[in-house]
Amino acid sequence: MAILRKLSTLLGGDQKADRVVPPSGYTARLTTFTAGAMAFLAVFALALSLATGRLADRWSAELARTATVRISAPQGQMEAQSRAVLKVLETTPGIKSARVLTDAEQRKLLEPWFGPDLPLDDLPIPRLIEVVEESAGPDIEGLRLRLAAEAPGAVFDDHTRWRQPLVSAASRLRLLAAFSLALIAVSTAAMITLAANAALSANSTVISVLRLVGARDTYIARAFVRRFTIRAFMGGLFGTLAAMLAVFLLPAAAEEGAFLTGLGFVGWHWAYPLLIPPLSAIVAFWATRAAAFKTLRGLT
Amino acid sequence: MIELANAAYSYGGGDILTELNLRLAPGSFHFLTGPSGSGKTTLLRLCYMELLPSGGQVNIFDTDVRNMSRDQVANTRRRIGVVHQDCKFLDHLTLAENIALPLDVSGRDAEAELGNLNELLSWVGLSKRADALPPQLSGGERQRAALARAVIMSPDVIIADEPTGNIDWEMALKLMKLLVELNRMGKTILIATHDLNLIRNVKSQTSARVLRIQNRRLQLAGADL
Repeated sequence: MAILRKLSTLLGGDQKADRVVPPSGYTARLTTFTAGAMAFLAVFALALSLATGRLADRWSAELARTATVRISAPQGQMEAQSRAVLKVLETTPGIKSARVLTDAEQRKLLEPWFGPDLPLDDLPIPRLIEVVEESAGPDIEGLRLRLAAEAPGAVFDDHTRWRQPLVSAASRLRLLAAFSLALIAVSTAAMITLAANAALSANSTVISVLRLVGARDTYIARAFVRRFTIRAFMGGLFGTLAAMLAVFLLPAAAEEGAFLTGLGFVGWHWAYPLLIPPLSAIVAFWATRAAAFKTLRGLT
Repeated sequence: MIELANAAYSYGGGDILTELNLRLAPGSFHFLTGPSGSGKTTLLRLCYMELLPSGGQVNIFDTDVRNMSRDQVANTRRRIGVVHQDCKFLDHLTLAENIALPLDVSGRDAEAELGNLNELLSWVGLSKRADALPPQLSGGERQRAALARAVIMSPDVIIADEPTGNIDWEMALKLMKLLVELNRMGKTILIATHDLNLIRNVKSQTSARVLRIQNRRLQLAGADL
């Protein structure tokens, strides 16, 4: 209740205290602009963090559940080795399903590199078998040994060597985005502290007169703290709304999951950016309060 | 009320004031005189805690100023009205707002005390100037307004630093008359001035002690006054 009362006093304001400290034009604009710009950047850092999180989860989940068997054999043995591989896979615990990719599917996989109408029959292209694992997964080493015995041209690829760097890169990106958010918060605090110090210096005569007529430090600080908190909140709100609009207008995520087109918010994640204006106000509140009390302690 | 016991103030390694002994009893009237630069303003600043003594003791309302918290200093200042030499007004506030400033900062409702404010403006002859900004006022008007601000909280002590320094003789007498009235109402008055004629004029109306700062020390002035 006490916190709510304090918050209500802060937002409701003290018109007299506001009137006593004259508004300082450029620090007001500087604070609002800085809070707006930082909120704009914070929304993008947040979007990046959430998008990389989603991407890491998706890559991790999709690649973890699937594997590929690649068969490189002379044309005459390809069919026999394919059948042998399928037989091995069908009898291996932990394998849900296995199927040979059709020529059309293989052509589509190679299309980005070789273009359409690829004559698959004329090229020594390995046969691919898509394997879907059960949640427990198979005994990889045992499976590899059995495949080597039954089909010497078959190589089992559980995607680990692809998955690990991708997941690791996505996790690093997420960490970077979170670090950027922290940097933005600290930079906002630093900028607001500078602006508050400038306002306090510009009003040093007012502050000294107020102290001489019996004003307590809290009365003087409140006038500055309230002003900077509201400016940071309003700047943060405008910056956040502008950035949310920009994110909303980004191209929709493509089916292929291209990273840049997937940079946005999904579902209730749209609520996250709305936390930025109040957080901006909280940062401003503490930064201004610390600056004001530090200045006031230097006066008698 | 205000008591200095062997108090001293030094700045930059040099003594400005030393061996200060003074006791302002309730309802007393004191003048503080001395040549320019003798330390009159410094002594007054010690009395309203704008400066802290470097030696000895300054007790205000029975509390050593060195033991006061910042909030205690603020609360104590509400019981001491000060008329500064340069008035110290906030130029963006009207005269009425400047006078009501001590009420605002102490959390008292200036609107509710509007009657008192109007009465005070009328007492100092500034009723028609309530909405003027400080730079629009003459020297005399500023000094009277400063006196009004100093007394609006009904303080126990009123301290004035050269209140007649920038005004003509007639206006100075008017201001002194107001201060004598306040003293008759029981307020303790301490005025720093170098105007001996003014002191003589007031002494003819009320009983006042005259102190002089000489050689950095406080002395009771002689019969030449």
